[in-house]
Amino acid sequence: MSFAQLIGDWHALAVLFVAGVVPNQIWRMLGLWFGGGIDEGSELLVWVRAVATAILAGVIAQIVVEPPGALASVPDVLRYGAVGAGLVVFLLTGRSIFAGVVTGEVFMLAGKWWLG
Amino acid sequence: MALPPLDSPQWQSPWRAFAWGLRSITQTILTVVLFVTYLGIGALAHDSHFSLAWALASTLFVWAGPAQIILITTLGSGATIIQSAVAVTVSAIRLFPMVVSVLPLMRTPTTKRREMIFAAHLTAVTLWVECHRFLPQVPRERRIAFVHGLGCGLVSVCLTANTVGYFLAANLTQTLGAAILLLTPLSFLFSTARNSREVADVVALTLGILLYPLAAKMNSGLDILVSGLVAGTIAYGVHWWREVRA
Repeated sequence: MSFAQLIGDWHALAVLFVAGVVPNQIWRMLGLWFGGGIDEGSELLVWVRAVATAILAGVIAQIVVEPPGALASVPDVLRYGAVGAGLVVFLLTGRSIFAGVVTGEVFMLAGKWWLG
Repeated sequence: MALPPLDSPQWQSPWRAFAWGLRSITQTILTVVLFVTYLGIGALAHDSHFSLAWALASTLFVWAGPAQIILITTLGSGATIIQSAVAVTVSAIRLFPMVVSVLPLMRTPTTKRREMIFAAHLTAVTLWVECHRFLPQVPRERRIAFVHGLGCGLVSVCLTANTVGYFLAANLTQTLGAAILLLTPLSFLFSTARNSREVADVVALTLGILLYPLAAKMNSGLDILVSGLVAGTIAYGVHWWREVRA
């Protein structure tokens, strides 16, 4: 692979900034700007935090429901089953992130192997 | 590795504090999760025909896993720049309350806003979780330096992972690629669930997941924003109702 291939074309890098960096960074900078003025316990912030959590939940659901790339090769039932199995173990182990993630992954891999 | 006590001379130099932050990345399982997630993002970028420089620049300047995955998959599947930008910005709204809640942890009465710009940039799910864990053990006037160290360490790990994933992609089996991509929803779900202390957080997380498939049926391009606003507002309603009753 040549150096030029590793850099790619400048157009793609410009698109990265317009479609990725600016729309993402704007929220951090707003947080920095308004952060000083908002009381941490204010009702407005409780609402914003609830909406933000629900949006993150939507992002999680989107990756599972409309899987990107190679994840699309995994049947629906295995993707949903992996999240469900991971969640059960996460709750049973007193909220261990590690146990939940490993269970979800093992469920998916075992299921793929089982289905061939 | 334990951090030095709050009154230790170790904390007198900001550079030392930076180094302690850098070293703290070895103290959390989330570093491993990030490494594998960014391995996946590197591989995804390769398979979607982006350059390595592009993938590394997205990690450096976007620094938010879901936004990067959304950006690569939407652009890679032929969405317009506007459609991608909207999808990215909706997924990034969560960074606003995250920054608002994390910056007071490292601010002193004399801290200027510009001194916190880099810390704000580094704020993402992992740093937010780790700040709540580590910062009480760091003297307040050294917290920004510590966070810079922690963040730089995590970014370096992810840049390395991107590069490895990018070159591995061609040899990655489909099953392994799928396993890596599944890591993002699993780790985000469980780390958010672990940080949900109030009923409103749990309601927002649960309803947010359940309402998304319904919102997606409308096919408006703003599905996540719609389900998020509805689920979040209901969760806030639950919080408000409990306050009123209390």
